[in-house]
Amino acid sequence: MISANVSAFFYLISGMLFILALRGLSSPDTSRQGNLLGMIGMTIAIIITFLSIGNFSAAIIYVLIFLLIGGGIGAFIAFKIPMTAMPELVAGFHSLVGLAAVFVAIAAFLNPGSFNLGAVGNIKLASLVEMSIGASVGAITFSGSIIAFLKLRGIMSGAPITFSGQHLLNLLLGVSIFIFVFYLCKTQSSNIFWTVILISFLVGVLLIIPIGGADMPVVISMLNSYSGWAAAGIGFTLENTALIITGALVGSSGAILSYIMCKAMNRSFFSVILGGFGADNTLTKSDDKKDRKPVKNGNAEDAAFLMKNASSVIIVPGYGMAVAQAQHALREMVDKLKKIDIKVSYAIHPVAGRMPGHMNVLLAEANVPYDEVFELEDINNDFANADVAFVIGANDVTNPVAKTDPKSPIFGMPVLDVEKCKSVLFVKRSLSPGYAGIDNELFYKDNTLMLFADAKKMTEDIVKNLE
Amino acid sequence: MEIDPFIFRLSIFILSIFVGYYVVWSVTPSLHTPLMSVTNAISSVIIVGAIIAALADTSKTIFNTSSLFGFLAIILAAVNIFGGFLVTQRMLQMYKKKKKDRK
Repeated sequence: MISANVSAFFYLISGMLFILALRGLSSPDTSRQGNLLGMIGMTIAIIITFLSIGNFSAAIIYVLIFLLIGGGIGAFIAFKIPMTAMPELVAGFHSLVGLAAVFVAIAAFLNPGSFNLGAVGNIKLASLVEMSIGASVGAITFSGSIIAFLKLRGIMSGAPITFSGQHLLNLLLGVSIFIFVFYLCKTQSSNIFWTVILISFLVGVLLIIPIGGADMPVVISMLNSYSGWAAAGIGFTLENTALIITGALVGSSGAILSYIMCKAMNRSFFSVILGGFGADNTLTKSDDKKDRKPVKNGNAEDAAFLMKNASSVIIVPGYGMAVAQAQHALREMVDKLKKIDIKVSYAIHPVAGRMPGHMNVLLAEANVPYDEVFELEDINNDFANADVAFVIGANDVTNPVAKTDPKSPIFGMPVLDVEKCKSVLFVKRSLSPGYAGIDNELFYKDNTLMLFADAKKMTEDIVKNLE
Repeated sequence: MEIDPFIFRLSIFILSIFVGYYVVWSVTPSLHTPLMSVTNAISSVIIVGAIIAALADTSKTIFNTSSLFGFLAIILAAVNIFGGFLVTQRMLQMYKKKKKDRK
């Protein structure tokens, strides 16, 4: 058994290693080392916990067994999961962190003695508040992430679910949590503790159901942030530095990602939270469709011809590419183009895909070197000088209406200046609008050629035609 | 008058938020997905609390209501730790430079 001071020191070290793990992600070259440091930090924290308890009774065997069961499941998932399913996976993992926080808080409430928090019915007030916060935020994270998971997985419709009085209900429930925590401190009643957790589960569900599919990148980032704050709350309860540091890191990380995602959609954080995007603007899209001129319809042969005669091509991937699993075929196409000395680069919008950085991972999976992949602000000026823009599975993020029509729901959102290219190839299954529910002007431009097909099949056909 | 230890923990917390703020802004956008999966993994350091809960009160019975919640939390957190770190590792392997060894 080691003293509390020694273990606190080692927890600090694992906290530092976690900081370095995130720091490593500033460049792909240092990232693997960073991840290793993170694993070391975790190992230290777990070993120190065992040593600080010291009392190696029969129970420790069960702890190890449960650890291995969980670890085995986790490792299995990590190796099996396809990269396209990363958003669901991350949402699922968030729910586990949330639930684990709830369970630890419950354990601490039922047996405060083992955590040095006082006795049952006489828990220190500060600890009681901290564990209620941990449990409540954890519960919100859990149920919210489950809903996000179901929406991303397609089990639940991505359409926002709204009803009247929704925001008022959320507000009342939120306030009631505070009131219950206040009475919990006064009475130490376990029934109130359960009530707080139950209400929090409900709030998590209500918070996420009104948020539409297009806002999923924000939701995932937000839940990431919540899981951090839940961990920090538990960290205060357990007086554990590693947990406090980690909670703060994860909390701010998720908050920053949410901010970046909101900015990339030109939406305020509150309008995302209040939800309903994509539901109420249906009235604007139908009326002006009729007088549009017809689109130019092309096939793989035309596309191959256009690209063969270009000197530079910019690829704009979107969620459709992920759904069709077209990234490998796309890389093949690009290899063919590069062989005949055509300059190819990739342009990625921050909200392309269903989570931050989703497209980058898919391209990396297809062995696209990361120095050919550019973020919006780094490549947007290049469209004017490029010959062909190849839009595959993206839609709203290329819509010029965001720059021209103040009435459009996406007005002000930074978009890729695809229309400035000499010609645009648009791979899409149909003319249907994207998640934002609005028509894309780009479809009807003279220099746009629509390629109606499944993204993967079309790309493979183009590859054949390039030979 | 002595300073309450809570204030020290609060100081660590606030300073860590600042550290997190600057560290996360320096993460390259192309690694935002691995950032999420690794933050997921490290927030599962909550397993520390789960282990303490599971090993508490071993003099009586191994499984009582409180320790049972601890054991359940261990499974959940372990899924996350192994799953989170390994999937991050798998993703980061894909970001290795592959240009040179191909030609």
